[in-house]
Amino acid sequence: MTNPFRARGHGHIDRDTTLTFTFDGRPYAGHPGDTLASALLANGVHHVAGSSKYARPRGVLAAGVEEPNALVQIEAPFPEPMLTATTVELYDGLVARGLSGQGRLSGEPDPARYDTMHAHCDLLVVGAGPAGLAATLAAARSGVRVILVHELPQPGGSLLGSQELLDGRPATEWVGAVVAELDTCPDVRVLRRTTAFGHYDDGLVLALEKRTDHLGAAAPAHVSRQRVWRIRAKQVVYATGAYERPVAFDDNDRPGIMLAGAARTYLNRFGVLPGRQAVVFTTNDSAYPAVLELADAGVRVAAVIDARDDVPAHWRTACDERGIDIRAGHVVTGTSGVEHVSRAHVAPFGQGRLGDRQGIDCDLLLVSGGWNPAVALFSQARGSLRYDAAIGAFVPAQDLDAVRTAGSATGTFTLAGCLADGADAARRALSALGTTGPTIALPATSPQPDAAPTRVLWRVPSPRDGQDGAHQFVDLQRDALVSDVLRATGAGLRSVEHVKRYTTIGTAHDQGRTSGVMTSGIVAEALGVDVADLGTMRLRPPAVPVAFAAFAGRNRGELFDPVRVTALHPWHVEHGALFENVGQWKRPWYYPKADETMEEAVLRECRAARTGVAMMDGSTLGKIDVQGPDAGVLLDRLYTNMMSTLKVGRIRYGVMCGVDGMALDDGTVIRVAEQEFLLTTTTGNAAKVLEWMEEWLQTEWPDLRVHLTSVTEHWVTIPLVGPRSRDVLALVAPGLDVDNDAFPFMSWRAADVAGIPARVCRISFSGELAYEINVPAWHGITVWKALFEAGSPFGITPYGTETMHVLRAEKAYPIIGQDTDGTITPQDLGMSWVVSKKKPDFIGKRSFSRRENRRDDRKQLVGLLPADEQLLLPEGAQIIATSDIPAPPVPMLGHVTSSYRSDALRRTFALALVRSGTQRIGDTLYVPLDGRTIPVTVTDPVLFDKEGTRRDG
Amino acid sequence: MQLITCPWCGQREEIEFHYGGQAHIAYPEDPYALDDEQWAQYVFFRDNPKGPFAERWVHAAGCRRWFNALRDTVTHEFLAVHDIRAQHPLTTGTAPAAHQRKGQEVS
Repeated sequence: MTNPFRARGHGHIDRDTTLTFTFDGRPYAGHPGDTLASALLANGVHHVAGSSKYARPRGVLAAGVEEPNALVQIEAPFPEPMLTATTVELYDGLVARGLSGQGRLSGEPDPARYDTMHAHCDLLVVGAGPAGLAATLAAARSGVRVILVHELPQPGGSLLGSQELLDGRPATEWVGAVVAELDTCPDVRVLRRTTAFGHYDDGLVLALEKRTDHLGAAAPAHVSRQRVWRIRAKQVVYATGAYERPVAFDDNDRPGIMLAGAARTYLNRFGVLPGRQAVVFTTNDSAYPAVLELADAGVRVAAVIDARDDVPAHWRTACDERGIDIRAGHVVTGTSGVEHVSRAHVAPFGQGRLGDRQGIDCDLLLVSGGWNPAVALFSQARGSLRYDAAIGAFVPAQDLDAVRTAGSATGTFTLAGCLADGADAARRALSALGTTGPTIALPATSPQPDAAPTRVLWRVPSPRDGQDGAHQFVDLQRDALVSDVLRATGAGLRSVEHVKRYTTIGTAHDQGRTSGVMTSGIVAEALGVDVADLGTMRLRPPAVPVAFAAFAGRNRGELFDPVRVTALHPWHVEHGALFENVGQWKRPWYYPKADETMEEAVLRECRAARTGVAMMDGSTLGKIDVQGPDAGVLLDRLYTNMMSTLKVGRIRYGVMCGVDGMALDDGTVIRVAEQEFLLTTTTGNAAKVLEWMEEWLQTEWPDLRVHLTSVTEHWVTIPLVGPRSRDVLALVAPGLDVDNDAFPFMSWRAADVAGIPARVCRISFSGELAYEINVPAWHGITVWKALFEAGSPFGITPYGTETMHVLRAEKAYPIIGQDTDGTITPQDLGMSWVVSKKKPDFIGKRSFSRRENRRDDRKQLVGLLPADEQLLLPEGAQIIATSDIPAPPVPMLGHVTSSYRSDALRRTFALALVRSGTQRIGDTLYVPLDGRTIPVTVTDPVLFDKEGTRRDG
Repeated sequence: MQLITCPWCGQREEIEFHYGGQAHIAYPEDPYALDDEQWAQYVFFRDNPKGPFAERWVHAAGCRRWFNALRDTVTHEFLAVHDIRAQHPLTTGTAPAAHQRKGQEVS
């Protein structure tokens, strides 16, 4: 396998090593240093894929990230869609195919690793071309911390694609010397294959480093494939270069049509001749070095079509020496070809009129319409742009305080200018950092005649359809034509942002690098306005496509979101529990036996709790330790009831409200000591309640001497529930007097349980005789197992959250956040008893007396009994007054908040928030469900043991 | 990802902070001396200016301390941050001096 289009003596590729790859099913060869695009061109392959909309053959237009055409799907070693062939480094065994539009994600999980690094620096330089290297070198010598990121495998930027000399030697020698010096600086970090893609607040720049993509199957598994760098930089210099733009003419999309600068890059960086016989169409000087270098490398340049009337004498002389025909004042009007361009049609173009056309045979048509500074990142940093009419492009209007541009990103296009500009940008950045650096000696450049002005030309009139532009492509990836732009302006659109959305120009992977400014120009012409006033499309992050896998980094699978498990978790798993997610917690949901259904398991667990003994893992309850001389005062102000009067050893249930009087959370408060309380919160509310308490303590009452500490994970909490719970506890805590008089309801005792010092609380979330055993988490499993063993003669049954819910709902104990929604007061919950009448004030109290909160048509918590005792109402179901659903808008009385099947009641039941609910007790209301209405009887919310006879066993 | 200067910890990323609404809204001396409308003003109504705004923030994922800040709602720039205990220091136009250490510049 040979490369028929290699140019001898050119390129930074390793010709001694051959890499084999497959494209569209055919084997090819290339060399290390190639991109997929350069290797294809070296093999004479120009056609990459059909275009996304019109299926027209398309080739390679550019040589970098600006490529709009050459999208490929990588198939091996691992499938990855929508990469540009111009940025895929060639590796052995690469299998790819051309892509029209969308690609295909792998169905297999990606085995590669991705990660994230954080870095901080004084100066971040983006781009390692002449300006970026000069800036980095100047900053490095001052001793500040510098990070240089650049996207190619080797530094040099545009120098890699040129034949420039510095100090009379090939420019790459100077690049090598600079990088060697940077390597010796301990505070300089150079990241190659790294593309900055987003500029965010306060100097945060995100960059993607491709670490092993270029190794293919040889990539070591322990090295992350890609890495997102989060770089926090005090100063940023964007030396991001410029992108060449084409000119629109008829059939300007055929394979073989290429940007002139790209052809120069293919020759000089890759040693590839993109064709044998070229026509070069330009509006500016920059195409001439390409013309001369390609001609010297053996390409026959059939003609240079220069849109300008005057071609500088030195270019004319150089072309004459090589026998190259220059046609000044001419343009390319169209092309011919089948799978590849075979002829360029050229014509004189003056005063807006085309002269007689002539065809010139070619297999390569190079185009240069001028250069657009790469200002995407500067623009993301909120840098403003101004239109520079001399180059027909948008350039940074001025530096920002901490963000600067340098080199061709500012519109400076000479090598000497770029070097000086880079050094100068570094000097300004250092000055902003409050430091200075030594003046660096810049290498001498070859003398260059002054550049002649560019002729700003966005499109050539079509000989075929005049001004319609129905064959002139603007955005090659989106298959958007000049005629699409004109249709947009014809529809009345006056903003390029609107035209962008109407035509989809600039919305593809390349973000319109070759089409955006051209669109502005065409729109401005169509509307008869100045491009400077029209502006250009805003560029947004990410500037280049970034895989979601890279953004996710290590935060995948188990690390995606923290999973919290209790100290008893392994026991639950071992005993077949199914788990429910409660916030980040995994809580046992129910413990099915053999082939039990969930319903059967829950009924069994409920029966055990109400008739025998059952136990659950309540460790996830939020726990906040409140200590200090003023602890009681703080709790009195935050709970609706009185806590300061609680005696040591006693427990009180409490509700917290917002200042609006709405229930915020509930739980128990135990007085541990004179100056210490321990309160519990709803599992999912622990952090919120702690923050709420801290807010009042710090912002309103900083004089209170109280400290709050989250101790949720310090304790394992085991509710032991049921008529036989006292018997079980007595067995494991022989030193504890469990008699009802000695250890009454709502008190707690310090006792050894299974030999472990514990706090045993007599509280009940089920209405049954119950204990809550709290032990340090480390000893939780010992105590749990001891209880399980001691309880086995009594048929002790572990139960999960579902059973807990059924038991508490039968007693109308609300779950804040399930039975409430932030608009429900304690009174609405039927819990006026928890609201102190004695305390002069507490958070929420004043709001209780607001007229709105005293309305008798507020929603109140009630029970619902479906007429059909087996019908389980869905939670969230709406409640209406009539059996027929009235015409919309249907008056809604409320909704079902909790709904369960009760073993104790031998039927289904629900809790609901219903407008004027307490006044409707005994009424029949209706729940629309599946096209019918279900009659339900409104009841008092407490449906089981209303008298509380079971509490003491 | 904006940087916010915690008066206690220095510059941290905004993800570590929670917003706490307008600053300097004191709990009324005697809520029962207020009529429903005056109480509702305290409970529900806050300013929403375009420009500098005195706000409360809490370094929720850090030191858990509340502090006051003056922030420009147009640019999101924090003009000053200070200890919660300082009384309205932001309206005087003087930069807060308390708790400033090297590396914790208050801009």
